[in-house]
Amino acid sequence: MKFQLEDITVYFPYSHIYPEQYAYMLDMKRALDAKGHCLLEMPTGTGKTIALLSLIISYALSRPSSPPKLIYCTRTVHEMEKTLAELKLLYSHIQTHISGASPQFLALGLSSRKNLCVNPRVLSAESRDSVDASCRKLTASWVRALAAENPNALTCEFFEKYDKAGAGAMLPPGVYTLQDLRTFGKEKGWCPYYLARHMIQYANVVVYSYQYLLDPKVAGIISKEMQRESVVVFDEAHNIDNVCIEALSVSVRQQTLEGATRNLNKMTREIERLVVDTTRLTGSYHFQRFKATDAGRLRAEYNRLVEGLAQRGNLPISDTWLANPALPDDILKEAVPGNIRRAEHFVSVLQRLVQYLKGRLQTENVETESPVGFVASLNSQVGIDQKMLKFCYDRLHSLMLTLEITDTDEFLYIQTVCNFATLVGTYTRGFSIIIEPFDERMPHIPDPVLQLSCHDASLAIQPVFQRFQSVVITSGTLSPIDLYPRLLNFNPVISRSFTMSLTRDCICPMVLTRGSDQLPVSTKFDMRSDPGVVRNYGRLLLEMVAAVPDGIVCFFVSYSYMDGIVNSWNEMGILQEVMQHKLVFIETQDVVETTLALDNYRTACDCGRGAVFFSVARGKVAEGIDFDRHYGRLVIMFGVPFQYTLSRILLARLEYLRETFQIKEGDFLTFDALRQAAQCVGRVIRSKADYGMMIFADKRYSRHDKRSKLPGWILSHLREAHLNLSTDMALHIARDFLRKMAQPYDKAGNGGKKTLLSEDDLKRMGESIADMF
Amino acid sequence: MAVVNMRAKYKVNTKTPGVPGVLKMTDEKFTFNPNDPRTSAKLDVGFRSIKGHKFSKEGSKLALLNLTLEEGGYIFEFDNFSDRNTCRDFVAKVLGKLQTVSSGKEDAKVVSEKPVPLFDEQLSTAEMERRMKLLQEDSELQKLHKQFVMSGVLTEAEFWATRKKLLNSEASRSSKQRVGFKSTMLADVRPLTDGRTNKVTFSLTPEIIHQIFAEKPAVHQAFLKFVPNKMTEKNFWTKYCRAEYLHRTKNSLAAAAEAAEDEELAVFLKHDDILASEARRKIRRVDPTLDMAADVGDDYLHLPDHGILRDGIKESNDAEHEHYKRTLSQDLNRHAAVVLEGRTLDVELGDTRTVAEALARSKQGELSAEASDDNASWRQSERVSRMTEIEDLQGPRGLPIASLCIKDPRDYFDSQQANALRALGDAGGGPKAANCDLSPEKAFESLSQQILKLKAVGLDDPIVKPEVSLKVMNTLAQPSGDKFFLGKDSQDEVLDRLPHGTREELLHHWKSIEELLRHFWSSYPITTAYLYAKVDRLKDALSKTYPKLEALRDSMQSDYRNQVGLLVRPMLQAVDAALAHAESEKRSTKTGARPNGLS
Repeated sequence: MKFQLEDITVYFPYSHIYPEQYAYMLDMKRALDAKGHCLLEMPTGTGKTIALLSLIISYALSRPSSPPKLIYCTRTVHEMEKTLAELKLLYSHIQTHISGASPQFLALGLSSRKNLCVNPRVLSAESRDSVDASCRKLTASWVRALAAENPNALTCEFFEKYDKAGAGAMLPPGVYTLQDLRTFGKEKGWCPYYLARHMIQYANVVVYSYQYLLDPKVAGIISKEMQRESVVVFDEAHNIDNVCIEALSVSVRQQTLEGATRNLNKMTREIERLVVDTTRLTGSYHFQRFKATDAGRLRAEYNRLVEGLAQRGNLPISDTWLANPALPDDILKEAVPGNIRRAEHFVSVLQRLVQYLKGRLQTENVETESPVGFVASLNSQVGIDQKMLKFCYDRLHSLMLTLEITDTDEFLYIQTVCNFATLVGTYTRGFSIIIEPFDERMPHIPDPVLQLSCHDASLAIQPVFQRFQSVVITSGTLSPIDLYPRLLNFNPVISRSFTMSLTRDCICPMVLTRGSDQLPVSTKFDMRSDPGVVRNYGRLLLEMVAAVPDGIVCFFVSYSYMDGIVNSWNEMGILQEVMQHKLVFIETQDVVETTLALDNYRTACDCGRGAVFFSVARGKVAEGIDFDRHYGRLVIMFGVPFQYTLSRILLARLEYLRETFQIKEGDFLTFDALRQAAQCVGRVIRSKADYGMMIFADKRYSRHDKRSKLPGWILSHLREAHLNLSTDMALHIARDFLRKMAQPYDKAGNGGKKTLLSEDDLKRMGESIADMF
Repeated sequence: MAVVNMRAKYKVNTKTPGVPGVLKMTDEKFTFNPNDPRTSAKLDVGFRSIKGHKFSKEGSKLALLNLTLEEGGYIFEFDNFSDRNTCRDFVAKVLGKLQTVSSGKEDAKVVSEKPVPLFDEQLSTAEMERRMKLLQEDSELQKLHKQFVMSGVLTEAEFWATRKKLLNSEASRSSKQRVGFKSTMLADVRPLTDGRTNKVTFSLTPEIIHQIFAEKPAVHQAFLKFVPNKMTEKNFWTKYCRAEYLHRTKNSLAAAAEAAEDEELAVFLKHDDILASEARRKIRRVDPTLDMAADVGDDYLHLPDHGILRDGIKESNDAEHEHYKRTLSQDLNRHAAVVLEGRTLDVELGDTRTVAEALARSKQGELSAEASDDNASWRQSERVSRMTEIEDLQGPRGLPIASLCIKDPRDYFDSQQANALRALGDAGGGPKAANCDLSPEKAFESLSQQILKLKAVGLDDPIVKPEVSLKVMNTLAQPSGDKFFLGKDSQDEVLDRLPHGTREELLHHWKSIEELLRHFWSSYPITTAYLYAKVDRLKDALSKTYPKLEALRDSMQSDYRNQVGLLVRPMLQAVDAALAHAESEKRSTKTGARPNGLS
């Protein structure tokens, strides 16, 4: 359908639209007009993504002179794929509606080499880093220069072909998923990774993960060229503060330091080889000259550093590195200090730094320190000052390029150390350094770790707010909505939370406080290992598995708790009984296994066999996998997913939040736990035709202070009568609900409040639709 | 007359050892003569007193056959299953024959005397059972069967020949349904302790072993490699159980130590490499919208030591003996995946070796099938795009069509008649429009043709000419002239108003005439003597229907007589036509030479 929204024509790929989608578009449009940021909470299952995409793209189409670019950030690659699939739908719709010359429209997803590379030799590497390194081995500028002289040297044919095509290497208009990019690359013989990186400058829509904008290391190389007029969207942004914090945090472990020492030794040898060779060998003229160029490299680097260029000007695209971990505004634009300009001096500084860190890790007690104190003691003990620390990362980068190091995956350790040094030298507020000799939950295993943890989420996201004219933060769970502007320190022009208009009550949240024996159930620390509670949870699952068709998803508060309770169920025989009704799949820490389990789970639901999926709140599955339609008719949230409250880092962060933003510890913890719980259960609904039940199985959910933190669209369906249930009552309600949902219903809604609008409805009602909310 | 002689033991109940002897079976009765003539276990029983037979499952301990009476029965134990099966099949055949006969006892005498040329065809028990089942399920069929086969108008073979489809579908239904994998985790064998000593016992059955092989390819491979060259089967399983026990006690240290000493044991304790490679292969085919492995490859937070390590969300684990640790969750996932695959074997679950080999073969086949599957990625993207659509915002679209299954054709054809009338009115354009898969060219072509037709015929041509419709009205209204016929004239309206018994009777007559006519017409042209005889038989049977139908009509009250007459008329006409045809055939054969020279 096609309709008029104020002054723009919106193309929407379906024949009907929900009124809340219309209102959502209207609010977003006003934010775009105002050139400001906005914060929108929209219930899951109301087609948020497609509304957002079709509005922004229609907006861009209506301003052909200066179309804003859409930068769409997702948390995960699979969400990226989902978004691109919706974009494809929209694109084909727009093509049919705009006759004549269809607009030049390009949308693509961007990921790492690991997901985009088509060179079989590179792809055989296991991890992302080794893929990066093997790519570099084939494409670094010095490797290619060598290959020009020596035809036997290996290069990547895809990169060479892409490079030869030069500016002619363009993607034709269209929507490209990662798979499409790979296919295109294979066909043309061009490297899809570099092609995609090149094309994001011209694309109308770029879809990539949060880190490409938030993590300064990645953003510095990927997103540097994005123009200010772009619209940045963070979808599923309820966890955005955690992503920001992670982007600026580093941890150093024993293994890291050992690896760093190895790296430094290797570098020293390399430098010595370069230096010694030129001074000693004076025999053959040719040989001398050849070596002279090697030594010349070091000298050239020195001169460059004197001139104040930490970076070597315009690097070829294949030589780029992860950028400086500090935020762009905080990077010093001045010459590298004299005492680390010479390569051997710099290496010895690093050696001293590593030695110092090793000493600090020897501690027996937990130590917490501010960056200022840490830098001061570093200076007094090993004589490394703040400015040297600050330049560590860039200096290392320059040195590695000079030494022509290609196996970057080997040098990750020293990179981490320099990363740490630069951050610690740059920031004084909002960070703390915590040294723990062992994990608190396993005190018998010594595993010392030094963590530089960022407490202030606003640091990492600030440059994004400043650089781009409109930033949209949206998710199904942003309650309480006034907390996010404080955490992220920005002023939205529009901040709004939408409710859901329903033709029927297609979601059924329940709070289960008691088990079948009427005793309370909870995952409170003192109760969680009680066999009675374990059994009651098991009985609940068993009853539900027998009553509910197709898929059921269960979320537990942590991996260790899930392992424990599943093992106990296995011993008690509950698991065997569950298996009589449905197949059981479990999320594990191994992503490959979890992915396969999920795939099998879907197959089991598709073929009607039915299955249960055990998962962890805050885990990978809870973060981005949808359990819509028959893939999830019921979600059971076992317990309240509080963070591990004894964690030092959490405590330090809470303290910072209280001092800086006046947010109380308890409030923050509850807010955090409830947003995770809401996120878990919110994955069952995809559209209004869908339906699903949600059981919050913990007595603490019945308390008002906990419950009220749930998003409004869940609360509005949570009836008084469903607040204090036992297993048998919940079962009764579930049966009743399923029977009700099986009846045919009127999709469009009847009477005054319509829940599904056609094109004609929109024309007739005009602006008044927006007032329905 | 078939006879079966078999060595067997007669048992009073399953517990007793039984008396050895010889079992002899004929069509009428069975006798048992014990080897030791002194025992009193001599039997001589007619099959008529036997109500049914039961037998033990293949693969169970004893090969038993139980011939049941009203109360109790005779139990025989055989030396092996093949002997038992021979006897079982024989008994099934005999009993099946007896039952068909006894079900039509009234006509039984006639049956035995009539010459039935094709009756003695050899039927397998399965075939018999299928036929009996069909008869039991469908009472109408049973009535027809009783009426014609038992009375000798049609032979058994003739009767079923026209219903081959029915039989086949039944056959395919029963054979295609195969038993899948058990949902319970059999492979998770629990040890039994006797409490007094330190001994633990594991018990493995063929079914458990099969599941172990399917779920743990490493064990499967090890079995193929080691047994029987390197160790006996018993040793193999002992080792396996030992490894399981170590794993069960969660003693990863001890496991590591043992594995270091014994390389065969290590196979069971270590991670399964085959599984890992299988996982790598499968992950490439996974739906990209849930591929979390791609995620790890993407985001830079997965750099080692990047981000917050110990914030209470991530949980570190000791990597030291990780290699020897297998978690319950892995087992659960693996088990569910295997159950879902539902790979079953055609071999009997008896011999472990054959099971292992068959499993290896089936896996090989799967691999090659997967390799040849090219359009997997296309299907994947298709699936993703289908998943992304929001179904209730989208207007309705072409729904997938399920094939029509009509239980009672009457319901369908009566309503269809109305449709057909309507379609006829649409100048033949109706049925064509239903086919949506036309290419634009074709659609245009058909449209232009219709326009041409319209031009020729003219639009003002009414659907039904008024005179015709008036005539139809009059004829319909005339015979009864009562209020029932206002508006509707479909047959079921009339049928519905008839008394229930009459209606049933009418329908039955209609069915039986239909059946007879079908056989009648299908036997033309008469080429064999057998067909000639058959037509004769059918003619007799057809001519018998006249009085029956007339009696039925006359027995009706005046109210219904007209209606029944109307209903009966087409039947009579059909029979008339058939008989007339038969007469004319006869005349032509009498006058002219017989076409095929048959007498």
